[in-house]
Amino acid sequence: MSKTIVIDPITRIEGHAKISLFLDEQGEVSDARFHVVEYRGFEKFCEGRPFTEMAGITARICGICPVSHLLAAAKTGDKILAVQIPPAAVKLRRLMNLAQLTQSHALSFFHLSSPDFLLGWDSDPAKRNIFGLIAANPDLARAGIRLRQFGQTIIELLGARKIHAAWTVPGGVRSPLTPEGRAWIIERLPESFETINLALDLFKNLLDNFQTEVENFGKFPSLFMGLVSPTGEWEHYDGHLRFTDSEGNIVADHLSEDNYQDFIGESVENWSYLKFPYYKPLGYPEGMYRVGPLARINICSGFGTEAADRELQELRDRAGGVPTSSFYYHYARLVEILGCLERIARLMEDPDLLSPRVRAVGGVNNLNAIGVSEAPRGTLFHHYQVDDNGLIEKVNLIIATGNNNLAMNKTITQIAKHYIHGSEITEGMLNRVEAGIRCYDPCLSCSTHAAGQMPLHIQLVSFDGTILQEVYRD
Amino acid sequence: MSVKTLTINDTPVAVEAGATILEAAKQAGITIPTLCHLEGVSDVGACRLCLVEIKGINKLLPACVTEVAEGMEVQTETAKLREYRKMTVELLFSEGNHVCSVCVANGACELQDMAVTVGMDHSRFSYRFPDRPIDISHPSFAIDHNRCILCTRCVRVCAEIEGAHVWDVANRGEKCYVISGLDQPWGEVNACTSCGKCVEACPTGAIFHKGETTGEKTSDPGLLDFLVTARKKQQWIR
Ligand code: SF4
Ligand code: FES
Repeated sequence: MSKTIVIDPITRIEGHAKISLFLDEQGEVSDARFHVVEYRGFEKFCEGRPFTEMAGITARICGICPVSHLLAAAKTGDKILAVQIPPAAVKLRRLMNLAQLTQSHALSFFHLSSPDFLLGWDSDPAKRNIFGLIAANPDLARAGIRLRQFGQTIIELLGARKIHAAWTVPGGVRSPLTPEGRAWIIERLPESFETINLALDLFKNLLDNFQTEVENFGKFPSLFMGLVSPTGEWEHYDGHLRFTDSEGNIVADHLSEDNYQDFIGESVENWSYLKFPYYKPLGYPEGMYRVGPLARINICSGFGTEAADRELQELRDRAGGVPTSSFYYHYARLVEILGCLERIARLMEDPDLLSPRVRAVGGVNNLNAIGVSEAPRGTLFHHYQVDDNGLIEKVNLIIATGNNNLAMNKTITQIAKHYIHGSEITEGMLNRVEAGIRCYDPCLSCSTHAAGQMPLHIQLVSFDGTILQEVYRD
Repeated sequence: MSVKTLTINDTPVAVEAGATILEAAKQAGITIPTLCHLEGVSDVGACRLCLVEIKGINKLLPACVTEVAEGMEVQTETAKLREYRKMTVELLFSEGNHVCSVCVANGACELQDMAVTVGMDHSRFSYRFPDRPIDISHPSFAIDHNRCILCTRCVRVCAEIEGAHVWDVANRGEKCYVISGLDQPWGEVNACTSCGKCVEACPTGAIFHKGETTGEKTSDPGLLDFLVTARKKQQWIR
């Protein structure tokens, strides 16, 4: 008898979503859907606002990665002004994004995902969280919290606050780093390196025991998309867009965000508020691509920094080439943190960071502009159309999590098919389905442009629509 | 010079005849909350925050436009006044679209400060969410009517100090709004000298420097009083 299982809401991700598992008449999973059930309407209510406010408004989309929106909005604003921003401003913006990637990845790994790895997929859900981790491994938990704090504090040092610092502006940034701020960063860097090395060692040791997860948590061919530097290295702020396939071949390169509509289509499904972007030349849904940490490390030639390049090589060796399992997102996140820390360390030697020349001014010189940045979760596009005075006429936002929508659906289908057989579903099975989503560290607040806690609701629905089993978790 | 004596909150005060209760209170070191009052320009009694109780008069009177009288007994801090002030501020918030988190004046806004002063933590009135325009046609400045509390400080500062009289008030009731010129886009008003005094005068983020982003506005209302003193008394003191 066919039925549907619904996991609602999914826990330990940012935002609110639910999962439906459809069982066929033999009780085997036939399909799985990841529904994003919140609607926010940012694109609508930005209409009529001055474009200069967009960074401040869109940063409010998310409390975890407001910096990504600050950057994408500011970069779009730069293009409306048609200015080249001062070199110091570019470096300062880069520093903030590196700090953002570090803090967000630390949150994803230590706070949200490591309870699964360290306490076990089937452990008591009441303890399978950061508090359980603190009880089980206080040193690791503390180190993780402090690593996140490191990133958050850099953001605060630059923007005067940790969250929603409206510091990036069209034309540059508001203020440089202070010598005291730089001294603090330099002092805390060694500890941060220590923590990430510890986390990497720990994860690599665990990885051998997670072969089933590696095989089943979203292992399938897909395209990968993200920014790379002009020389093809890992990038997070500027550069150009590149698509590669699962064999590592470059499918499209030197793409500019300005033409994103030529290569990215956005499809909608009536069961989710999250749009389904796809690579246009391949059509929908064949044009499925992944973004975020795994994509960024797959599309680039390397980090260009020593330690991260070493770790990247080891990751590729372990995966036997291009890692295509979404379970590797966790691994990629850790390597990215290391790369970010190395870049932060390098930036600390740059005197430009203290330069007072950080903001270019200009009028409204372009009425249509598109900005891009690499958010922790992947590539983020802001597209604004303004009137002659700079009031917003139209906004389109393509959010990192949205880019991964097709892949997330495919991942949970794969996990559900592997772990769930018959009508009796254990909590541990459901946790694995959720964990499949958590690989992507999705941010649904952003992707639907929503806030809130993630309790859990799973429904098992028969082929005729009757609910056979329902599990709630708060 | 004739002098009037009165009490404010039971403190005896002596002031020049013709002074307002607000001036008398200031002289006595007593603070009365105000929003539409601006040192250096005339008063109109628009915001009703400065309401006080006067013995023998059974309605509340605005201190900024009420002259002192001999033997007056004024109270500025009664429970009733506190309640009314809070309500007034709540009404101001529910009337317009005040979104502090993304406002240019966040952190430097007299309305926001007033909400703190009167202890407003939410509005008991439902928000109207009016549909109001933003005019950023001026090369240097912008006006966002969503944030306007109709204090008319811009109107008075432009007419009385700059002498340009760009601003005026149109319509009544919920349709009331400030206009530039003959209700033209600000950028097309020839009378505007682009002096920026209205930016300094505006207590909220309604009038701001174009291009300013969240929390970037700093205003200096004291500048206007300084200009007036400099002009009238030839004293350049702040
Ligand atoms: S624009 Fe500012 S100064 Fe003018 S009436 Fe409105 S709130 Fe008062
Ligand atoms: S200050 Fe007196 S009514 Fe506004």
